[in-house]
Amino acid sequence: MTKPVIWRLAIVAGAVLAIELACRTGIIDRVTMVPPSQMAVALVKMAVGAPWFWPDALSTFQNIVAATAMSIVPGFLIGLIVHAMPRLRAVLNPVFLSYYSVPTFVFYPLLIVVFGINSVSLIVMGAMFGIVAMVSATLASIDRIPRVYVKVARVTGLSPWQTAVQIQLPAATPHLITGIKLAVTYSVIGVIAGEFIIATSGLGRRLKLAYNDFDTATMYGLILLIFIAVAIVNIMLQHWESRVHRRWYRT
Amino acid sequence: MVSEAGIHIALKGVTRIYPAHSGHGEVYALGPIDLNIRRGEFFGVVGPSGCGKSTLLETLAGLVRPTAGTAIFEGKAIGAEVPDGIGVVFQEDAAFPWLTVERNVGFGLRHARVDSAEVARRVDRAIDFMGLGAFRRAYPSQLSGGMRQRVCIARTLVTRPRLILLDEPFGALDQQTRLLMGEELLRLWRDTAATVVLITHSLDEAAMLSDRVAVMSSRPGRFIAVLETNWPRDRDSRIVSEPGFGQLTSRLWTLLRDESRKALDAA
Repeated sequence: MTKPVIWRLAIVAGAVLAIELACRTGIIDRVTMVPPSQMAVALVKMAVGAPWFWPDALSTFQNIVAATAMSIVPGFLIGLIVHAMPRLRAVLNPVFLSYYSVPTFVFYPLLIVVFGINSVSLIVMGAMFGIVAMVSATLASIDRIPRVYVKVARVTGLSPWQTAVQIQLPAATPHLITGIKLAVTYSVIGVIAGEFIIATSGLGRRLKLAYNDFDTATMYGLILLIFIAVAIVNIMLQHWESRVHRRWYRT
Repeated sequence: MVSEAGIHIALKGVTRIYPAHSGHGEVYALGPIDLNIRRGEFFGVVGPSGCGKSTLLETLAGLVRPTAGTAIFEGKAIGAEVPDGIGVVFQEDAAFPWLTVERNVGFGLRHARVDSAEVARRVDRAIDFMGLGAFRRAYPSQLSGGMRQRVCIARTLVTRPRLILLDEPFGALDQQTRLLMGEELLRLWRDTAATVVLITHSLDEAAMLSDRVAVMSSRPGRFIAVLETNWPRDRDSRIVSEPGFGQLTSRLWTLLRDESRKALDAA
């Protein structure tokens, strides 16, 4: 284990311990927050005893996976197309730059009207959050691909599609990972927040119900679950990124 | 005078003008150029920086379309695509960092749908020929600059091109390695009987390797002279100690000096 990792773990452990102490000593009152140990106990209890837990957790994670896929794959393809058309890029650039200053959730009611209160609305919501991050990352990544790779592709006789898949995609990978990480994060936000606003199932909806019922332990148990899931995905992506960087830039 | 049948690649009245872009005016890069390169010839091109050498090579490869004139390879005008039978080694490091040496070398062959046993055989041979046997499973980041360039040469070789275009392939290497790589290139040229066009900044390199050396003017690049070297086909780097070698490089420099000065002043 490297020193930065040890420090990171120590900081997280320290923060958890501080919150635990603050809750136990009454510095933070129990209505506002329960101690982390109690969050963990609430999470285990839900996982073991609550009949809604696994179906709702599964529904949320399925929606997140679908939204992430719908951000990454079309985001990459749109990025490729826009990159190949500099005039279109000049037109769309301000849209990409200002996209995240518009609250995307204003479109959620529209999605519900179009698709209904179901997973499709949530997936589209999540994808709308993540896709522009992926498009922007793709554009930046392709800008950084040495032009000589594309010349090699032309000499080899690759079609534009083969060039995209066999050259541009792998060549852009080290920089695309940043876009993928953002797409995952935004998809999680989009899906959970969508469930929180209106949904028939999912962890976001359970969070809202617990919040409305002042069921602080359940609410924080669910937050803990989401934290753990996001942390695991981030660690995996980080590991992948480190591996790619080691392979490419080792001296 | 060379008969039409003996000509492998030719340029007829080729010019290349890059259109105005992002506030910069149009750039008259090349020409007009007429050129006949013989089948099996080792043809060197030298010229001052920015004279259009790389544009010339990319025109020969079919990567750049001439603004006027025609490039003809094996009797057929080159269109929008790179014709079969042409291999290019670029100046820049073009080894794909996500592939091992083996996979880099076999990249073009796999695309050409050569069967896997034949791919393996040709890749093995090219890797051994380039002295990369101990590194076949290494990634480019684990290799030196010279070894990475050898990977690129091997990747070009395995496709058995009839015309090999080299754009300053040894530009990033030290003098000793350049000489040795030059010897390998000569060996490869003799073994494959391919036609080779070498673009280089180095007068010594051009003089040592080529059957003929073309000298280009400052931009727009034109040929101001084409010199025959009259070296034997089985030459190697020891040719630099021949009295004729010094005379040749001296003649090349005389031709280039004023053009290089013009290029420097223009920059």
